[in-house]
Amino acid sequence: MIHLSRWKVVLLVLSLLFGLLFSYPNALTADQKAALPGWLPKSGLNLGLDLQGGSYLLLEVDVPAMREKRLGNLGEDARTVLAEARVGVLSIAKDPSGVVVTLADPSQMDLALQSMRGLIGANTSGVVDRSVQRQGTDRIRYVFTEQAMASMASDAVTQSIEVVRRRIDSLGTREPSITRQGADRIVVQAPGESDPAQLERVIGQTAQLTFQMVDVENSVQEAMAGAIPPDSELIEGAPDSGQAFYLVKRRVLVSGENLTKAEVTSDQNNQTAIGFRFDGAGARRFGEATAANIGRPFAIILDGKVISAPRINSAITGGSGIIEGSFTIEQASEMVNLLNGGALPAPLNVIERRTVTAELGADAVQAGKVSTMIGFAIIVVFMFLAYGFLFGGISVVGLLLNGLLIVAAMSMTGATLTLPGIAGLILTFAVAVDANVLIYERMRDEARAGRSVIASLDAGFNKAMGTIVDANLTTLVAALIMFIFGAGPVRGFAWTLTIGVFTSMLSAVLVAQVGLAWWLKIAKPKKLPIAE
Amino acid sequence: MSWWPLIKVLPIKTDLKFVSFAKYAAILSAVLVIASLVGVFKPGLNMGIDFRGGAVMELTKPGGQALDLEAVRHAVDGLGLGDVNVQGIDNDASAMVKFQVPEDEPQARVVERVQTAITGAVGEVAYSGVSVVGSKVSGGLFTSGLLALGAAVLLMFAYIWFRFEPQFGLGAVAGLLHDVILVFGLIVLMRLEFSLNMVAAILTVIGYSMNDTVVVFDRLRENLRKYKQMPLREVIDLTINEILTRTIITGFTAVMVLAALAYFGGPALYGFSIALMFGIVCGTYSSIYVGAPIILLWGVKRGGAADDAKPIKLGMASRP
Repeated sequence: MIHLSRWKVVLLVLSLLFGLLFSYPNALTADQKAALPGWLPKSGLNLGLDLQGGSYLLLEVDVPAMREKRLGNLGEDARTVLAEARVGVLSIAKDPSGVVVTLADPSQMDLALQSMRGLIGANTSGVVDRSVQRQGTDRIRYVFTEQAMASMASDAVTQSIEVVRRRIDSLGTREPSITRQGADRIVVQAPGESDPAQLERVIGQTAQLTFQMVDVENSVQEAMAGAIPPDSELIEGAPDSGQAFYLVKRRVLVSGENLTKAEVTSDQNNQTAIGFRFDGAGARRFGEATAANIGRPFAIILDGKVISAPRINSAITGGSGIIEGSFTIEQASEMVNLLNGGALPAPLNVIERRTVTAELGADAVQAGKVSTMIGFAIIVVFMFLAYGFLFGGISVVGLLLNGLLIVAAMSMTGATLTLPGIAGLILTFAVAVDANVLIYERMRDEARAGRSVIASLDAGFNKAMGTIVDANLTTLVAALIMFIFGAGPVRGFAWTLTIGVFTSMLSAVLVAQVGLAWWLKIAKPKKLPIAE
Repeated sequence: MSWWPLIKVLPIKTDLKFVSFAKYAAILSAVLVIASLVGVFKPGLNMGIDFRGGAVMELTKPGGQALDLEAVRHAVDGLGLGDVNVQGIDNDASAMVKFQVPEDEPQARVVERVQTAITGAVGEVAYSGVSVVGSKVSGGLFTSGLLALGAAVLLMFAYIWFRFEPQFGLGAVAGLLHDVILVFGLIVLMRLEFSLNMVAAILTVIGYSMNDTVVVFDRLRENLRKYKQMPLREVIDLTINEILTRTIITGFTAVMVLAALAYFGGPALYGFSIALMFGIVCGTYSSIYVGAPIILLWGVKRGGAADDAKPIKLGMASRP
């Protein structure tokens, strides 16, 4: 192992080049970065909110709009089930917490009550939030419970926070701060480097996706003139969707809530498209609806605009399909992120946009910097003291390369560095030294057992490698799992840890191997300096 | 210079009887773990603004003058309200102050105290209304964090089981839980504020604890193969002695660095570094006294079936 193989030197040089190439934008000013040729990496380290501040968005959850929409949906549900049960409806009027249905024929009351009660089931959080009450001889109230009305706003804010977090997480590990403020507001803060316009675009869309049948019995022109049938609605078409307006049935066949996965894909003409997959209930409903409407078009509606209205050629029973439209790849992947993050329960309105300074004071940041440097110096001094100039020096060179690689990898992947993150990196260095210590201690063991210098070095590497790989793989396994399943800060931490494990292993082991091989070649030592 | 490199001064081969202290260590660990668990429930963790939320208000200096953020920060810091968050808005024309409201004090009084302190420090300023801010850690974030952690621990267990033996996996995870619980105990004992940074510290402790345990186990496995006839107890002692130099150097480096961070790093790093330092001491201790004894109690297969090591009775615990 100690024989200096060429690929090790090549690997070392390559990693050094990688480190320099990707970490040096950090040494440039914004103007210098702008002057760089386009093929050079430009992204520097992102510092967290605690260190540099960033943009601030105050958002208000549009609770009245959401309430209006939810109450409207109650009316649609009632209309649909009553029509299916062939119950005549005279009118559906709004009520403060729901709708009041007036029957055309009071003798159908029992049938109407029965079919409307079928609508009441637990919502997504397992709570029964609606009730059906009989009023007089010909009227039925279908309303949200008092409790549901009272918690609607608060639930919407809670749910919005989760959705916003998922969406921002999908932009990369930026460590935003998302907090509730007051009754119906959300504050989003994202550190400096994030693009506020992108942030607003990602947060600003509700991403409500529905599949509804196109109303082919009535004409769009008549509807635009004002004659909209009661069970249909007029919806704007997205640019490039083919029509300016569509007349679609109000009834929602399947909605984004039933979506389990969306992804960027391409259609048979190699156009960018969005692939989707429904859960069991969604797949069943979509299958039934498409089977019953072969030959007719249905509309795919996202945030109140028809994206496309394809014709149903055959029943789609598998629960998956693609949405075609003229998307660019960027648009498609942004849309996929929105769909996978889930729909916002209510539109979010931006009330304030501001820039804010760092959460920590200048003196705290200064103290953090100073202590980090002292920490690093302690490791360096201690390694020299413990293992002497040659072996200690090799560890220190390994550490410097490690630091360079960490900065490069974090800059390249847009990871965010917070003050505790930096302190954690110093600990990563301390643990990286462990790899050197393991190797050196093995070498000392071998030398003590009476082996020659070359044999000790060789056996030291061979035996220590197993331990180093095992220890680091265990950490890596944990870090990857935390990265996949975690959210927000846990995810950011896991990412930094993952980078640290790779760079530590690479730099500590490789530098030691190459450095010691050179030393052997040049000094031709008779004795191991770290052995007694 | 006979003392340099320092490594030559360390004893070459120690012969400390670690296992003979295992009984006392087990008692100590059990007492500390129980005390820590009790402490987490009562008096409980001192939750910071990241978890508990608080109140926020804005202040603006009249006449468009710039605010001295440091002065505002120091003024509010001195009130003993825990972590205070002061951020300048739009080039420091105004600022946003976020602070916690202690449970036993009405919000209006706290707000008044904060305003008096700020006015005393930077002169007349106009205050906006006070709004309540929620925690930075939403319910979903908390659940997903716990799930991620649980999955990570399970997978580490599975990995060590696969690479070593089931009892090694069990020993590693027991050591890990031991360390994490004790760090929580320290946080409660020292009334350190539990913030998102503290979560990072605990995650780091988990990583270190695993790393240290695997190093011990790796050498233990090697020695179990090498000395098939030696009693398990002696193999464990031998292993820990063999890697003692490494344990000391690595542990010492980490603790020194963290001591520097705690001492020079200011309030933002103090709690984080203290918790981490303690966690590393625990991680080192638990590799020797939690991980290895579990293997000792369980027994382990070595090479041929004839010379399987028998589990050893410590006199206080029986084979699980």
